[in-house]
Amino acid sequence: MKKGDSIAFFVLIFLIILLPVLSGSTYTLTVGIFSGINALVAIGLCILMGYAGQVSLGQAGFYGIGAYVSSVLSLHIGLPIVISTIFAMIVAAIAAVILSVPALRLKGHYLAVATLGFGEIIYIILNEWGPGGPSGFGDIPHFSLLGYTVDSTTGYFYLIWGLVAAVMFFSINLIHSRTGRALRAIHESELACNAMGLNVVALKIKVFILSAVYASLAGSLYAHYVTFISPSSFSLFYSILVLMMVIVGGITNLWGAIIGAVVITVLPELLRRFEELDVLVYGLILTLSLMFFKKGLVPILIEKIKKLRGFAVAKH
Amino acid sequence: MLSIKEISKSFGGLTALRQISFDVKKGDIKALIGPNGAGKTTLLNIVSGIYQPDNGEVIFLGEKIVHLAPTKIARKGISRTFQHVELFGNMTVIENIMVGRHAKTKSGFFSSGFKLPFVMKEEREIQRKSEEILEYINLGHRKDEYASNLPIGEQRILEIGRALATEPRLVLLDEPAAGLNMRETRNLGEIIKKIREELKITIVLVEHDMDLVMRISDSVTVLNFGEVIADGTPLEVQKNPEVIVAYLGDEEDIPRGYNAHT
Repeated sequence: MKKGDSIAFFVLIFLIILLPVLSGSTYTLTVGIFSGINALVAIGLCILMGYAGQVSLGQAGFYGIGAYVSSVLSLHIGLPIVISTIFAMIVAAIAAVILSVPALRLKGHYLAVATLGFGEIIYIILNEWGPGGPSGFGDIPHFSLLGYTVDSTTGYFYLIWGLVAAVMFFSINLIHSRTGRALRAIHESELACNAMGLNVVALKIKVFILSAVYASLAGSLYAHYVTFISPSSFSLFYSILVLMMVIVGGITNLWGAIIGAVVITVLPELLRRFEELDVLVYGLILTLSLMFFKKGLVPILIEKIKKLRGFAVAKH
Repeated sequence: MLSIKEISKSFGGLTALRQISFDVKKGDIKALIGPNGAGKTTLLNIVSGIYQPDNGEVIFLGEKIVHLAPTKIARKGISRTFQHVELFGNMTVIENIMVGRHAKTKSGFFSSGFKLPFVMKEEREIQRKSEEILEYINLGHRKDEYASNLPIGEQRILEIGRALATEPRLVLLDEPAAGLNMRETRNLGEIIKKIREELKITIVLVEHDMDLVMRISDSVTVLNFGEVIADGTPLEVQKNPEVIVAYLGDEEDIPRGYNAHT
């Protein structure tokens, strides 16, 4: 890991441990839990879009697969949650392979539309064939591991953010590896990648699988946390929301995915005081932030820090 | 080393290449020249697998490679550069070279994500080898700059370096001197010669800069309107009347009173 990543990682762990201690309020932790769930999906999309250059408007589909497959398997068949979550990831990975058949032939806007179509197909399937149809179903068991059931808000907070930290650790290592470089190279020039002997097709399929598995994990956690799910949580709106997180945070930086997820999740909560006007203010803030922080929050922050350092060096 | 056998290729009704045949000897610098639109780049694209020819064979080290995908051909030991530079612009100079090492290394998604010990070792090896290549092509001082920030001359040399990182047996250079000034071109010529002499890599060079071609190549093939019109040493080719006509036009085409020496 590079120095900046190590510091950021340390700060992340520190905040995860400290937040429940400092703020015991269930409300704060609940918002934190949802931020964490969204961050998992956003990290996957960030690798897919920001690094490998493959657009996706279908992440809600994978998120929905994670939630439904794990819920149904644990509720109706009685599989342990860990197994049902892993099983859901496998289903999501298979869905990603199927999606990559058209995705390998498409780029840019066309790919966006194809993935959007994929998300809609999953949404329709959940509506038509999912248990409870459009109104969903409940009584989904809580997350449990080795006989220990997580049912407190603090427990979920640690579980989910612990997984965010683990996924982040894996992802940062990946990005700074041979494979990560290859993904970025595909983004830049597929022609040159072919001439270097990179297997572009395999790499693209794998990165789609990776983003799908992250989203599926998030979906399973979501389902077992709220214990009630319906298709409306997995609509196109969610895909767009995740896209927004990644862009607001800064698509070229993995940390941007986490920051973006927290900002986009927390912002509506902070805007509650505006009552009926909250959606309006929300939209306004997003529009303005995209106008003035086009690169995203994290890349701009890094630029600022570099500048400050430059000043400090110049003064000496 | 490389045999082009009766390659034909047309795009729609337009014939780009007609029954092209020639050989490239191991260790040679083979120049491929001809007026614009003669089919030189098309031929390179066929050898590197980007295009499929309508007819004919490409034989590399005794193996037919025409139906292989570009990736497979690259892994057989044919690397290339592009007429329009295809660097990874938003990656640093060293990272560009490091991507070139991809096919020679093997850590994957899982092993990289979990940072297994062998991955760390391999990564250090990639880093070391890439720095070595950068020093070899005299770009060591540019290591951490973004590739897109380099002047065009250095970009073209970096592309050659990236091709070298794949440990090729044969390198195809598509107009490496395009857009370069005289000093840069001379430097480029030195590097190409050095690669052939020290690394024993065979080179096929498509180039318009005749000065460079005549100075460094061992053998020259001239294409005109998709056909081979001459094949030989630089000296032989320069004297070939057909080549002179292709480049300068027929004597009858020259307007009355025009003096070639002014």
